[in-house]
Amino acid sequence: MTIIHRFLKTPEGLAGALLLAAFVLVALAAPFFFPRDPLSIAGPALLRPFQDWSLPLGTDRLGRDVLAGIFHGARTSLAVSLAAAAASIAVGAIVGTLAGFGGGWTDEVLMRITDAFQTVPGFLLALAFVSVVGPSLGVVVAAIALSAWTGPARIARAEVLSIRERDYVASARVAGMHPLEIAFREVLPNALPPVLALASVIVAQAILVEAALSFLGLGDPNRVTWGGMIAEGRTVLRSAPFLSIVPGIALVLTVLGVYLAGEGAVETAAKRRSLA
Amino acid sequence: MSAPLLEVRGLGKRFSRNGRPVAALNGVSLNVAHCETLALVGPSGSGKSTLGHAILRLIEPDSGGISFEGQDLLALSGGRLRAARARLQMVFQDPQAAFNPRATVAGVIDDPLRIHGIGSRGERPGLIRKLLERVGLSPDLGERAVHEISGGQRQRVAIARAIATRPSLVVLDEAVSALDVSVRGDILTLLADLQREENIAYLFISHDLGVVRAVAHRVAIMDAGRVVEMGEARQVIADPQSATGKALVAAVPRLRCGISTENA
Ligand SMILES: Nc1ncnc2c1ncn2[C@@H]1O[C@H](COP(=O)(O)OP(=O)(O)OP(=O)(O)O)[C@@H](O)[C@H]1O
Ligand SMILES: [Mg+2]
Repeated sequence: MTIIHRFLKTPEGLAGALLLAAFVLVALAAPFFFPRDPLSIAGPALLRPFQDWSLPLGTDRLGRDVLAGIFHGARTSLAVSLAAAAASIAVGAIVGTLAGFGGGWTDEVLMRITDAFQTVPGFLLALAFVSVVGPSLGVVVAAIALSAWTGPARIARAEVLSIRERDYVASARVAGMHPLEIAFREVLPNALPPVLALASVIVAQAILVEAALSFLGLGDPNRVTWGGMIAEGRTVLRSAPFLSIVPGIALVLTVLGVYLAGEGAVETAAKRRSLA
Repeated sequence: MSAPLLEVRGLGKRFSRNGRPVAALNGVSLNVAHCETLALVGPSGSGKSTLGHAILRLIEPDSGGISFEGQDLLALSGGRLRAARARLQMVFQDPQAAFNPRATVAGVIDDPLRIHGIGSRGERPGLIRKLLERVGLSPDLGERAVHEISGGQRQRVAIARAIATRPSLVVLDEAVSALDVSVRGDILTLLADLQREENIAYLFISHDLGVVRAVAHRVAIMDAGRVVEMGEARQVIADPQSATGKALVAAVPRLRCGISTENA
């Protein structure tokens, strides 16, 4: 695969790919290395890292294994961010396509709704939504998607506006195709690439928003999350700073990895276009 | 004479360009008879494409009327308009732009068959192969992506798509202009064969008076949104009466020397 090869040749792409691979491996490996419930007590409380090799990163205030928390937290972050990105891109692409292809008052109404969602700060919207509906994994995903779909919607609409003037759309009309089929079978697939380019930004954003919600105690209470771990560690920040620092580092590295991979992809696409 | 297949009456269409209205069509009237080729020629910007698009209901005219096979085309909308499209087809100038970049050859020919309910799901692959053979292509081309085949092959696929629903009128907007000269002749021959065997009428929009003389029965000359001259093809090209017609013929030196081309 020459595209992947070229992607890995950009320094951003390589660094991003390595960080992301580590993140995904950790998330997938969690149930094998740490089959026990990561919320259960594993040893003495507040054990420092690198003291006991069965608990390499130590334990928290309640004696829970920090490394197990990191592994299972990666799982939560991965699940939430992928689901939120998929949901917001799907909703955004559909709304943007309907607005751009429908035109007229359909466009007007849908874009005013998009404006309304965009003017409210995304995090506040998520915060309000989770506070009202109650914290669970699905609600957190919906809360993040609620603010993140507007970007894909705008980009999809702009793309659709240019595509709908193409001859092949006229040709589909001449063939007697239903407008909805034209919008979703002929136009939408061709409008998707620039929308998908937003995925990395949304994933990174989703990881951070999920962590922030958990930090505020609005994450799913039955799951370990990095944001929740950082919040837990805060109460003993002076005596055991590692409890906040370790999940903090995991968070930073993961978000960095996603951003770098996104940059690498943009770089690769740009190079390909200039070669073509 | 029986009623014409297509009757356009006083068609008007204005576009606004930089806030200034431009009359792309300014009271155009013309008829196309069954199995006839009417060529539409005229300088660039005279409104030929606009007229073609209006007849296909790709743009809405501001005034005038279009009747096709005895029904008022402008009165149709929604499902009834989509159903009427089976009888009225179009081939675009640029066969590359006229196909979805992700489409396959079989897919683009399948669209009209599926939409107009021609053949069951099991029968359509056979119909597609027949249509490909009909336009002189190998039936095995169906699996290929449209962007993988040559320009001439692509225009044949466009013709197969257009004739799939057995239309009585096909609008050809510069349908051979983008093709190599060598390929152009083959496509014109194919169009003439289809006309004879399937009784299709063409509205043949073209810049090339040589081609028009070879394929058209009648010619309409347009200028600035009006039809300024209309008549039997050889006669109009041999002895144009309008200033626009004279200018167009004068721009093609070899025609004045009387090179004769077979009338298809
Ligand atoms: N969508 C549009 N918006 C604004 N003006 C338009 C539009 N389409 C056509 N026009 C204008 O209408 C006039 C007629 O254009 P049209 O494309 O029908 O000409 P044409 O005879 O097909 O020319 P050509 O031989 O170059 O294809 C031109 O002045 C053109 O600029
Ligand atoms: Mg034109």
